[in-house]
Amino acid sequence: MKLKTALLATALTSAAFAAQAQTLTVMSWGGAYETSQVEAYNKPFAAAKGLTVNMVAVDNPATPIKAMVEAKNVTVDVADVEYADAIRLCDEGLLEPIDASKLPAAPDGMSAADDFLPGAVTECAVASIVFATVFAYDTTKFPNGPTTMADFFDLTKFPGKRAMRKGAKANLEMALMADGVPASEVYAMLETDAGVDRAFKMLDKIKKDTIWWEAGAQPPQLLADGEVAMTTAYNGRIFAAAVAEGKPFQTVWDGQVYEYDLFVIPKGAPNKDLAMEYIAFATDTQRLADQAKWIAYGPARKSSGALVGKYNDGKTDMAPYMPTSAANLTNALASSYDFWVDRDSELNEKFNAWLVAN
Amino acid sequence: MAEILTTADGRPLKAALQAAQARAKRRAFWLVAPLLLFVLLTFVAPIGQMLVRSAHNDGFSAHMPRLTAWFAANPGAADDAAWEALALDLQDSAVAKTSGIVGTRVNYELSGTRSLFTSTARKAKDFAPPYREALLKADKDWDDPALWGVMRQVSQAYSGNFFLAAADLARDADGTIVQVPEDRRVYVNLFVKTFVLAGVITLTCLILAYPVAHLLATLPMRWSNLLMILVLLPFWTSLLVRTTSWMVLLQQQGVINNMMVAAGIIGEDGRIAMMYNQTGTIIAMTHILLPFMILPLYSVMKTIPPSYARAARSLGATSWTTFRRIYLPQTLPGIGAGSLLVFILAVGYYITPALVGGASGQLISNLIAFHMQDSLNWSLAAALAAILLALVLVLYWLYDRLIGIDNLKLG
Repeated sequence: MKLKTALLATALTSAAFAAQAQTLTVMSWGGAYETSQVEAYNKPFAAAKGLTVNMVAVDNPATPIKAMVEAKNVTVDVADVEYADAIRLCDEGLLEPIDASKLPAAPDGMSAADDFLPGAVTECAVASIVFATVFAYDTTKFPNGPTTMADFFDLTKFPGKRAMRKGAKANLEMALMADGVPASEVYAMLETDAGVDRAFKMLDKIKKDTIWWEAGAQPPQLLADGEVAMTTAYNGRIFAAAVAEGKPFQTVWDGQVYEYDLFVIPKGAPNKDLAMEYIAFATDTQRLADQAKWIAYGPARKSSGALVGKYNDGKTDMAPYMPTSAANLTNALASSYDFWVDRDSELNEKFNAWLVAN
Repeated sequence: MAEILTTADGRPLKAALQAAQARAKRRAFWLVAPLLLFVLLTFVAPIGQMLVRSAHNDGFSAHMPRLTAWFAANPGAADDAAWEALALDLQDSAVAKTSGIVGTRVNYELSGTRSLFTSTARKAKDFAPPYREALLKADKDWDDPALWGVMRQVSQAYSGNFFLAAADLARDADGTIVQVPEDRRVYVNLFVKTFVLAGVITLTCLILAYPVAHLLATLPMRWSNLLMILVLLPFWTSLLVRTTSWMVLLQQQGVINNMMVAAGIIGEDGRIAMMYNQTGTIIAMTHILLPFMILPLYSVMKTIPPSYARAARSLGATSWTTFRRIYLPQTLPGIGAGSLLVFILAVGYYITPALVGGASGQLISNLIAFHMQDSLNWSLAAALAAILLALVLVLYWLYDRLIGIDNLKLG
């Protein structure tokens, strides 16, 4: 009897302890982007709810989800993924559906459905930011730097090593735009074999001088080390290095490829309801605007736009650094998830074959 | 006839002895049982699962049961029953949220078809007879004979298609095996390259390790101990630390290049690319795998009495002959063990080529990781891994035939 009571007491205290120390785990991309999410979302959410929010950093949060769900060992509650991945994972039944009615309305009363940018709320995902893949260069190497996408592929005018993300996505689009294809025709062209060949021909020009990065934190590092003179990168990473750390990096917006980053809940997440609360909390008007204090990614709500002000140093105006600023959109391409969910495996296979061929 | 020996209690001695031995064997088995169980759970089961996955993918058949049944029953072209089965299966898959899984499976064989399944499934709840017209209204691509050919192939959960893909082959619409277009051939070349690079790394390891191991075996104790620590210290250091230190050294703006520029050996423009290419992979992996060559060599050399070489010299052999005829043959078991160990480790190496290999220094394991982590085509990853495993086993068998595994000496 005594033993039973003791066991019961232990069980109860440990249950109470578990409830007290509840943790929500968020999986994201690491680096400066993670910092912005910790500051703008995690800290206020943890304070409001009296719990701990953990952050896990990986190269691409979409990839561990399938393994976790199939192994029935889901350890994260919320993940931050790209659009094509959000659609793909949702279609494969690897995500929990999102209850869009839980998303708060804008301060002026506009409903969440109208306030989010078009396509930002899907069956299984809610967008938080718009980010862009751009290219950036070291101003000490090119005082009269490159200004167009074509310059990135021009080794005679701008000699020096390049770096690009290891994968087909965004690279093929940029190659076609550099070759003079208007943004509006890029995907129609990539649907054809001739268009894909044309993109790879363009990449051929810089292949032997290019280093391939995988994690978003690598390109600013490669630029800072002087390993490369120019690199493609997520625009926020370059902003963080240039403004926060004072590195001599310049972003070129011509030919940028922009898309949403979205929050999703993996199927079978340990704290499903709490995860939904977190997403609703993080994507309200003020929180999205707050994130822009920490990194140069555009908020996915219209009502947040007006609240975006200065960087957390109190003097840098954020607007010129946002992918969604009108000045940065003169020659820009919205990444097409329709295209990439279908063509992903074929084009990456082609890309890999191209990469290992000499 | 000889009298049967018996024990004190009258049982035949032979039977009593056998019973006692069987008992001892059972006890011994229980001692090794935990290890056996551990090996089964952590080694045999996962590899078995991998092998099954390489030939088995029920992404289509499990979620399109009606159409799968129709394919099994009817060898010919699609009739009304087939269209009906397709439409009803798509309706179900829309509810169960499995259209993406089905689409992904078909997309592996026929690119650009994934969204055909997901988008049609979204419209599927309104489908009514005649189903063929309803489906074609949703998307006219459903009439493509190539698509039906592929659907028939993938409706079989067990197939060799992933092994074909891993050998840069594919089946066309009527099932004949053909090579994939040249710009998509990647795996065969990469297998060859992996084995060549592993061979080069094994050879450089052997050349570097042989004199070191000899020194270790012959120097006075206090010096050889110091040398041994120098060999073991990097061996005990984290693999990642060693790889990233090589990155610091080998970068174009790294220590070695800076020193050469400062010494005037090369100009500022002539910095050598020693990383993000094959050179980087070879240098870093040689260093990391070196202890696996030194240690078996050392353990063999330690046991060779120096008197043999002295005897050879005193009988008039030159130092080269002494080495070639007396010393080298005695170290062969160590060379074999070290080479086999280094080669097999090198063939499956992943993290170092991923970090320092750039584009040209990638090995097959990097593509296996790509399919595990990025493309999530686990069946193809499993097929590639199975081929790698088979090739290593063939190598092991060849080694056994040529040199004999009994001659292997690991220490």
